[in-house]
Amino acid sequence: MNAKPNLEEYIARIEEACGEEKDIIIHLKYEKKDEAINKILKRAKIEKTVAGIIFDLAYKGLSIRLYSTGKAIIKKAKDKNQARSILAELLL
Amino acid sequence: MFDPYKVREDFPILKRKINNHPLIYFDNAATSQKPRQVIEALKDFYERRNANVHRAVHTLSLEATELYEEAHEEAAKFIGAESIEEIVFVRGTTEAINLVAYSWGLHNLKPGDEVLVTLMEHHSNIVPWEILSRIKGFRVKYADINPDGTLDYEALKGMLTSKVKLVCITHVSNVTGVINDVKWVAELAHEKGALVLVDGAQSVPHMSVDVQDVDCDFLAFSGHKMLGPTGIGVLYAKKEILEKMEPFHGGGEMIKEVSFNPETRTCTISWNTLPWKFEAGTPDIGGAVGLKAAIEYLSALGMENVKAHECNLTDYALKRLKECSKVIVYGPKDAKQKCGIIPFNVEGFNSHDVALILDSYGIMIRSGFHCAQPLHQKFKIPSSARASFYIYNTREEIDRFIEALKEIEESL
Repeated sequence: MNAKPNLEEYIARIEEACGEEKDIIIHLKYEKKDEAINKILKRAKIEKTVAGIIFDLAYKGLSIRLYSTGKAIIKKAKDKNQARSILAELLL
Repeated sequence: MFDPYKVREDFPILKRKINNHPLIYFDNAATSQKPRQVIEALKDFYERRNANVHRAVHTLSLEATELYEEAHEEAAKFIGAESIEEIVFVRGTTEAINLVAYSWGLHNLKPGDEVLVTLMEHHSNIVPWEILSRIKGFRVKYADINPDGTLDYEALKGMLTSKVKLVCITHVSNVTGVINDVKWVAELAHEKGALVLVDGAQSVPHMSVDVQDVDCDFLAFSGHKMLGPTGIGVLYAKKEILEKMEPFHGGGEMIKEVSFNPETRTCTISWNTLPWKFEAGTPDIGGAVGLKAAIEYLSALGMENVKAHECNLTDYALKRLKECSKVIVYGPKDAKQKCGIIPFNVEGFNSHDVALILDSYGIMIRSGFHCAQPLHQKFKIPSSARASFYIYNTREEIDRFIEALKEIEESL
């Protein structure tokens, strides 16, 4: 029986950035970043792509900037919990 | 002659690639990289000399004690302190300032007194005083800064009344790199009967600092920002002040005697001599050995050369940043007024975006408030990106940084 995937398979760290912007910074696990990026790109709306390395995404009213290096910024998320919920929807 | 390319050979980490690009490390205001001389000193200590210090008779302990005390001597010499009695090893600048707050402030500040800080302080030189003010009932006042990020000296002078018992000022802003005239501030404060605490976290690693010349009462700095390991830092304080201060932490090492009286069933305690009175528990001996190696490395380069190199890089970076039409630089634009720290934003991006995009080019910078939120409020900006230079950075790295910024601008 296959175990249900969980968020920790894809996420290395979730950090609340310091600054008034209240951004949440996501560090994807290096070895799973390509798989995670593909999943996110399939489920979120791509608004803009810069040179194939930066993707501006929209998902449920939130802006997400995803980097091919395996990092992402969720803009104006309420907190880490909301970021985790969004990531769970995008990745699992 | 100072040669950054030769210096770079001593830093193994600079050979790394990040995101398939050669590493460009521009986050030196947060922490510096370590030369192999420091790494080797730590390795040698743990492989050959590790033992606890003081009050043991065996050979290894003697060797470790000598190394530990030599590290104090090296630190004293580096900043011009009179003796190691004025050099207390702590975890870093933050702990040094907290030591002053609780060992001096707790016993000397009262309602009606004032502690004067500036709006450009790191949170570490604000928060301990705000916490203590709630306990002791004194007031924390904030001296303003000019729109260009320099200190408003006239405003500070006006606020320096006889109520002020301590002036806490950073030597170099960790956001703008502005160098404050702490010697002038110390002279003025002493005229009013106040003591002066200088946060040297961003100055001691980058320029020659002489505590006799500045005449500050306290100077705090961190080892990890000056090529040393994390977990070791220095509080310098004038001997006559340290002698009157109460200990910060209690425990081993800081004690001379704990004598139990069986009749009264109480202990009579006497403190160890300086500086050990303020170094409770087993200290970071390895860290001290690493710090000593770091100071020796910087001393061999010459602090005037270090400052000149950074000033040169800063001047070059400020000139080249003018080519980036969407980049806004904060703070003074004259490199002579500052150390090698440049805060900026790129129109259309927030600072974290800029840091993440630069990361994809292998360029490490910091973003956010840099633990200086009041300064960002003063500048009316939500956060900033910050590039900060050190001895191993080069003009070629700044060129690549500028090219990356131009690509960010073009992506808008």
